[in-house]
Amino acid sequence: MITEFGHFALILAFCIALVQAIVPLVGAAKRWPGWMAVAIPAAQAQFLLIALSFAALTYAFVTSDFSLRLVVLNSHTDKPLIYKISGVWGNHEGSMLLWVLIVALFGATVAWFGQALPPSLRARVLSVQAMIGAAFLAFLLWTSNPFLRLAVPPMNGEDLNPLLQDPGLAFHPPFLYLGYVGLSMTFSFALAALIEGRVDAAWGRWVRPYTLAAWVFLTIGIALGSWWAYYELGWGGFWFWDPVENASFMPWLLSVALLHSAIVVEKRESLKSWTILLAILGFGFSLIGTFITRSGLLTSVHAFANDPERGMVLLVILAAFMMAGLVLFVVRAGEMQARGVFGLASRETMLVINNVLLAVAAFIVFVGTLWPLVAEMFFDRKLTVGPPFFDTAFTPFMVLLGIILPVGAMLPWKRGKLGSVLRSLTPALLLALAVAALIYAMQSGQSALAPVGMFLGTWLVAGAMVDLWGRTGRQGWRQRLGRMQRLPRADWGKAVAHAGMGVTMAGIAGLMAWEAEDIRVAQVGDRFEVSGYTVWLRGVSEVKGPNYRATRAEVDLLRGNESIGTVYPEKRIYPVAGMPTTEAGIDNGFLRDLYVVIGDKQEGGGWAVRTYVKPLANWIWGGAILMALGGFLSLSDRRHRVAAGARKSVTGGVPAE
Amino acid sequence: MKRLLLVLLLLATPLWAVEPDEVLEDPVLEARARDISEGLRCLVCRNESIDESNASLARDLRLLVRERLLAGDSDAEVVDFIVARYGEYVLLEPRKDGANLVLWWAGPGMLLLAALVAALYVRGRRVQPGSEPEALSEDEARRLDEVMKDE
Repeated sequence: MITEFGHFALILAFCIALVQAIVPLVGAAKRWPGWMAVAIPAAQAQFLLIALSFAALTYAFVTSDFSLRLVVLNSHTDKPLIYKISGVWGNHEGSMLLWVLIVALFGATVAWFGQALPPSLRARVLSVQAMIGAAFLAFLLWTSNPFLRLAVPPMNGEDLNPLLQDPGLAFHPPFLYLGYVGLSMTFSFALAALIEGRVDAAWGRWVRPYTLAAWVFLTIGIALGSWWAYYELGWGGFWFWDPVENASFMPWLLSVALLHSAIVVEKRESLKSWTILLAILGFGFSLIGTFITRSGLLTSVHAFANDPERGMVLLVILAAFMMAGLVLFVVRAGEMQARGVFGLASRETMLVINNVLLAVAAFIVFVGTLWPLVAEMFFDRKLTVGPPFFDTAFTPFMVLLGIILPVGAMLPWKRGKLGSVLRSLTPALLLALAVAALIYAMQSGQSALAPVGMFLGTWLVAGAMVDLWGRTGRQGWRQRLGRMQRLPRADWGKAVAHAGMGVTMAGIAGLMAWEAEDIRVAQVGDRFEVSGYTVWLRGVSEVKGPNYRATRAEVDLLRGNESIGTVYPEKRIYPVAGMPTTEAGIDNGFLRDLYVVIGDKQEGGGWAVRTYVKPLANWIWGGAILMALGGFLSLSDRRHRVAAGARKSVTGGVPAE
Repeated sequence: MKRLLLVLLLLATPLWAVEPDEVLEDPVLEARARDISEGLRCLVCRNESIDESNASLARDLRLLVRERLLAGDSDAEVVDFIVARYGEYVLLEPRKDGANLVLWWAGPGMLLLAALVAALYVRGRRVQPGSEPEALSEDEARRLDEVMKDE
């Protein structure tokens, strides 16, 4: 009953989305306020209905309703509750339902908080957002219906893919989707502005929080996925340049670019048409990401649940939205008059360079990802574009970006003096150079990776601090510290996010340059050395989990004679899905992780044991957390709430704060 | 669903990357073997090198690499031997020849183009005397006031 209710709500949501797509658009063109106003209740109703539908599916999963095909294929009564819930989106149909839910949620935020927007712009934004919603609702209902029943329900389900039964991966998809779909909002704003024929500071002010939110969620989603790969795949890799990873990375790069160019639109009314183009392309890459994951066009480590026919439909949706967006752009972009003028040494120029580097970096990832397909279709060469290509072609852009970042962050708008900025950054630069030199001397004759990485890390973190400090005026340090606390949250957000980028860069360089590995057969009771640490295999036992069996080793880690800790690496078998997984035993540390994996029992007795020392591993995700935190800080800045507050002061006459 | 299971089985068979019995006695030779393996793709898995992969085919390739090294091949000869057998598909780093030049030059070329466009744009936006920005329209000024009042 509840299932049918959910199904019905979804169909109703589709009908409402169609109305919301057409009526406000016509209303905005004809200047009929009543028609425009339809968008607001429609957006809220659409969101509510999809939320109900999502709740109905979740209910089916939690209660293990095996009359539902989707539940049978992806759940099991023995599964822990959290994975019953995450099972809702751990499959194609459910994840697409989550996708439309988020599309509607973002649309609803405009209905809830968008009172300060010009009515015609608001109507058009919601109309475009509803077109996206309607397209995906149609896709969901006609090709991937999650509410299909089975005539003969089985006694139990086939269990969720064990790899997905993991805290890191349980929440990886929702965050990625929030990010992907967040970019649908900027797309809607871009198209609405093109239809409207007008982009101004107010538009930039509205687009920024959505871009920021999308970027924060993408950052968290990508970091969760990478963290999961690190501890789950059994050898501690954190990034593979796999097509699906690239598919999430391209929107990330473009959202970073968009984030920065939207600032220029808001503050300086320049870069308008470029920002619009970025907003269109950013969502385009989100759609490409969904398409790549769902179609299986490009084979990938985790292109599961793929289906060529669904892929075709997605491709049609992608093509339709991109064509519409780009045609509209070509026709209307000329009307976007730039206002602000600026000198060569100005923040505007630095943000243009930032955008050039990020956009070209995204382009390289794009070409590298699609090249195998192009080469096979047009040149009859079956080849692979793997990590070595991306490492060579992509890394220089990030290095350049890191080098210019602290300078660009401090240069004033409009016209500045490069010399004075460099003077205040001198301490940071000297510190960074000293760190790099020290590391170069210590490691003698190895690659430049570690010194460059540490240089960038120090430069970015110290540069962010100099920037914050420089904003506190010229009094004594006590007053300056006090003033630092009262700086706008956006300033803190910027500094924290930029520093986070530096921490991640240092982490990646450290891990790649200094990792140590040991592979051996160890008897129970053996002790052995791995680059200064003693590994002691204390015992191996069989244990039973809620829905798996595992071989678990007890491994003591010592430095000299001092115990650091005990880890329990496992090799699990999930009998229902018939699949093994490895659970690495990791001793997390600030400067290094010790990473132990237990393998098979050997014929001559003993166990295969792999041990890694992974320096600075946690910095990679720590930096990502800082970046996301910076984004949240910036989002919570009261400047972003002003637009909503402005209405209050008009209608209620009450100051917002 | 079958395909999904197949992919995941390949991904996580209990066999795993570089097992103890594969490791060569000579550490220099082993280091070379690891180096070569990192550049070769595991054919049945997805974008993983044979050095990382768990699949049994990757193990066969790892053993083959070590066999060739023991037979006295140079690194390049080993790679050529494997490419001759399995095609350039096994190379994780695409070769810099023929059509692949497009791939390798796409980035630098695009950077050049983008830098040129950006330079022209920035030049066009340089401060020129007498090009003061237009004043706000009445409507905009009112909205700005409202916003500022709130702040």
